[in-house]
Amino acid sequence: MKRMINVALPKGRLGDKAYALFAQAGYECPELLEENRKLTFENERAGVRYFWVKPSDVAIYVERGAADVGVAGRDILLEYAPDVYELIDLGIGKCRMCVAGPSAFTDPHTGVLRVATKFPNIARKYYAAQSREIDVIRLNGSIELAPILGLSDVIVDIVETGKTLAENGLSVLEEIEPVSARLIANKAHYKFMGEQIDALRRGLSKAVQA
Amino acid sequence: MNPATLSTQERIMFELRELYLDYGYRPYKVGKFEEYDLYMRNKKFLASEQVLSFSDTNGRLKALKPDVTLSIVKNAKDDGRVQKLCYTETVYRVPRNAYGFREIMQTGLECIGRVDDYAAGEVLMLAARSLGRISERYVLDVSNVGVLSGVLAEEPIGDADSARILAAIGEKNLHGLGAICGQLSVSQKTRERLEALVSACGPLEQTLARVARLDLPQSSREALGELRRMSDMLAAYGVKNVNLDFSVVNDMDYYNGLVFRGFVEGIPAGVLSGGRYDNLLSRMGKRGEAIGFAVYLDQLERFMEQKADFGTDALVLYDDTTDPLEIVRAAETLRARGLSVRVQREEEPRPPCREVVRPGKEANV
Repeated sequence: MKRMINVALPKGRLGDKAYALFAQAGYECPELLEENRKLTFENERAGVRYFWVKPSDVAIYVERGAADVGVAGRDILLEYAPDVYELIDLGIGKCRMCVAGPSAFTDPHTGVLRVATKFPNIARKYYAAQSREIDVIRLNGSIELAPILGLSDVIVDIVETGKTLAENGLSVLEEIEPVSARLIANKAHYKFMGEQIDALRRGLSKAVQA
Repeated sequence: MNPATLSTQERIMFELRELYLDYGYRPYKVGKFEEYDLYMRNKKFLASEQVLSFSDTNGRLKALKPDVTLSIVKNAKDDGRVQKLCYTETVYRVPRNAYGFREIMQTGLECIGRVDDYAAGEVLMLAARSLGRISERYVLDVSNVGVLSGVLAEEPIGDADSARILAAIGEKNLHGLGAICGQLSVSQKTRERLEALVSACGPLEQTLARVARLDLPQSSREALGELRRMSDMLAAYGVKNVNLDFSVVNDMDYYNGLVFRGFVEGIPAGVLSGGRYDNLLSRMGKRGEAIGFAVYLDQLERFMEQKADFGTDALVLYDDTTDPLEIVRAAETLRARGLSVRVQREEEPRPPCREVVRPGKEANV
């Protein structure tokens, strides 16, 4: 018998949208949406097993092979640079990785630029490419607060509508990269479950285009 | 020797050495320490850039070697003769997305001097057979970086941008590849060629036949020709499970020609990696060609784990009243019967065993 495909889905809104695509592609598992304490959900006929994990952990589950495939935002992939295949752009969870700050801010290039972010690797890489020395301030949430209180000069964060920024007198200063959710796969498992994963990929591609 | 004494890792290490010796590869030992400078000059060749360094007693900066190939190449003779070497070594490096250094056991082989089609084919065959020794369910992905570099050479793009394109190819990331090509204004023709190559992946012989029909530049065709000859040789050796996959990309500053990577079902990361690295030789000021691969034995740690109960056949128990000579006699009698025997005090916790003996006591349980 063929082994089931283990799918890591990110908890939250993005995961719900991603599951809708999987269901549309013929990999439904209604149990997934019920309120219960189960951790894994199977659809034996379709040959899939789902589990919810913290969005930033999806890449780790896939890279280390606990999940064969997963759905992860491009932001997470940029930050952790996992050694995985990135099979399709699911076109959901669209936003932008940006540098934001007080609307009037221009970098004076006089000293070290203080950058608050949840994505230290992305921030370091972006500024290193410009040979700009920065002080990374790693935060876990409410990043927008940092420039308001003078904790940092700018922030590097994902921006969806820019509404939160605008309400706090901040705006996008530079765009680093567009972000959306991607289907990723473990490289080694893909070698042995290629047909199953490719069938899933084709189904999802169709669902994305629909 | 009882094969069960060996862990999976040790058994495979011995089997692989036997395999390499059978094909005339000479065992080669490199020192544990190496000049730090060697790694700084060849950073990009290393899987991770971090090196565990220390000051030697004479003040020179040394490193615990993170890689074996560099040391072998550094010491290789430059006399035009072919050297076939195999090794088992411990290296120290920080695995991708891990915290801190790890000690990693590696075995592998190198063929340095002149690498003709026969020599390259032999190394590929040995790579596939190495995987076969680990498990029947293996895949060897093979590519030739010359195919992609031939296509990219037709575009006026710099090294940094080529690296971005190769990274997307390594991820089989077609949407990302399209986006980068768009940004760099890469011609439609090149873009289509790259996409066709990334999508072509499957059994070596059949996939090569499919790729041969693509419209590709001359240098890419030559690289495909080499793959074709390799495919014929592997077929003659009766080697199976070899796939063509252009997403196998290694740093082009060091690697040229064949590159390959091996996977075994049940292990979530690659267990074998290798390729043709003439460029490394010329960067180190040596003439000649080279090809080789390494098998990451540390990946086998959790693979096919036997139930290690560490029990013994017999247990000899004693207390303060037992005569030590009686213990020796009892234990040796049991050993003479071919049993494994553990001797311990009565009050200690007992491992699983089949027989318990209390020397000098009347009732043996």
